[in-house]
Amino acid sequence: MGGHLNVNHLLFLGHGALWTIGLSLIALIGGGIAGFAIALARISPHKSVRLLSATYVQLIQGTPLLVILFLGYFGLAAIGLKVSPLAAAGASLTLYVAAYLGEIWRGSIQSVPKPQWEAAEGLALSRTQRMMKVILPQAIRIATPPTVGFMVQIIKNTSLASVVGFVELMRSGQIVNNSLFEPFAIYAIIAVVYFAMCYPLSLLSQRLERRMGRGMVNLAPA
Amino acid sequence: MGIELDFPAVLERWPNFLGGAVLTLELALFATVLGALLGTLAAVGRGTHSALIARACKVYVEAIRNTPLLVQIFLVYFGLASIGLKLSAFTVAVAALTINVGAYTAEIMRAGFEAIPRGQIEAAEGLALSRVQIYWHIILLPAVERVYPALTSQFVLLMLASSICSQISAEELTAVANYIQSDTYRAFETYIIVAVIYIILSLVMRAGFWGLGLVLFPRRRRLGTAL
Repeated sequence: MGGHLNVNHLLFLGHGALWTIGLSLIALIGGGIAGFAIALARISPHKSVRLLSATYVQLIQGTPLLVILFLGYFGLAAIGLKVSPLAAAGASLTLYVAAYLGEIWRGSIQSVPKPQWEAAEGLALSRTQRMMKVILPQAIRIATPPTVGFMVQIIKNTSLASVVGFVELMRSGQIVNNSLFEPFAIYAIIAVVYFAMCYPLSLLSQRLERRMGRGMVNLAPA
Repeated sequence: MGIELDFPAVLERWPNFLGGAVLTLELALFATVLGALLGTLAAVGRGTHSALIARACKVYVEAIRNTPLLVQIFLVYFGLASIGLKLSAFTVAVAALTINVGAYTAEIMRAGFEAIPRGQIEAAEGLALSRVQIYWHIILLPAVERVYPALTSQFVLLMLASSICSQISAEELTAVANYIQSDTYRAFETYIIVAVIYIILSLVMRAGFWGLGLVLFPRRRRLGTAL
C-alpha cells in the first residue's frame, strides 16, 4: 500500500493503452467486414435476407454491450466453452460494431441519389458492377465522416473489456489504483489518455463532414 | 460434457429481474429528464455572447463525448467520495449518467438551434415578441420538434448504457444478473434472459417516446414529418 506514481506505473498504463488501440483495431476490422455484409444484406432483393439482417441489428442495438460481453465470457464458459478475455472482448465488440456500422453504411448506400442507380441500370451494368463501379465509390464518400465518428465510440467501448479482466487501458488503471489507492488522480489520467485518442478522431470527423459541403446529401446524426 | 440449458431454474428468480428492470427504468428516467435540462442549458450556453460561458460549455461537451462512460462513473464515484460526500450508488449513477447524456443532448440541441431560420427570429422581433417568448416559441420548441427522433434514440442508448452502473454496485438489471448468475451458476441462461429484458425495455421506451411525440407535437402528426 502507499507509494507514488512512478515510471513503472506509467509504462504499465502505456502498455494498457496499446492494448486499447489493438482491441479497437480488432473491433473495427472484424466489425467492418461483418458490418459491410450486414449493410448489403439489409438492401438485398430477397425478403428473408432483409428480415434476418434487420432482426440482427434490432437485437444487438437493443442490448447493452456489457451484457453481450458477459454472455460471451461468463455465458459461454458456463455451457462449457472456455474463451480467453481477448477472444470474448474481440468477438463481442465485433458483433456490436457490425450492427452499428451496418446501419451507418446501409444509410450511406441508400442515400446515393436514385438517378445514379437508374443510370447504372440503363447502361446494362450487372448488379455487382452497379454496386462496385457506381454506388459504392459514392457511398464511401458519404460514409466516411460518420464512420470516423463511430471509431470514437469503438475506442470508448473497449473500456468495457476491463470488466471481464482484459488488461487494456481501463483495467491497467484499476490495477495501478489497487497498489496506490489514489482513484481520482489515476482515473483522471486514464480519462486524459482516452481523450487524447478520441478527440483527434472527433475533430477529423467534424472536418470531413464540413468539407462534404452543402451540395452533398446531408446525413442525419445516427 | 453435454450442454444442458435450464431456463426455468433462472426464471424462478423473476422478482429479482423485475426489481432490476424497474431500477434500470428509474435510472434512465431521472437521467433523461435531468440530462435533457443540462444539455439544453449547455446548448444555449454555447450560443451566448459570453466567450467564457461558450468555451466552458464546449469543453464540457467535448470532454464527455471523448471519454468512456465507465471512466466518468468511476471519476464521479471516487471524486465525490474523496471530497467527503458519501452518496448512495443510485445517486452517483444518476449524476454520472446525467452528466454523460447532457453532453450528447447538447450537441443534438445545438443542431436543432442552428436549423432555425434566421428570418423566423427576425420576424418574431418584428412582431415585438419578448426575448423569453422568442426563445420559447420560435427557437426552443421548434428545435426540439426537429431533433425529437435523434433525442429519443439517444435516451434509449442511455438506458442501455445504464448497465455500466452495475460496476459501482447500483442494483440495476445487469447487477441483478451478475448476482443471480453467481448464485445459480447458470450464466448463459441468465444473460440471455437479461438481454431479452433489455430488448423489451428499449422497445417499450421507443413506443413511449413515439406516443409522447404524437401528444407533444401535433403538427408533426399532421404533416407526417418535422417542419
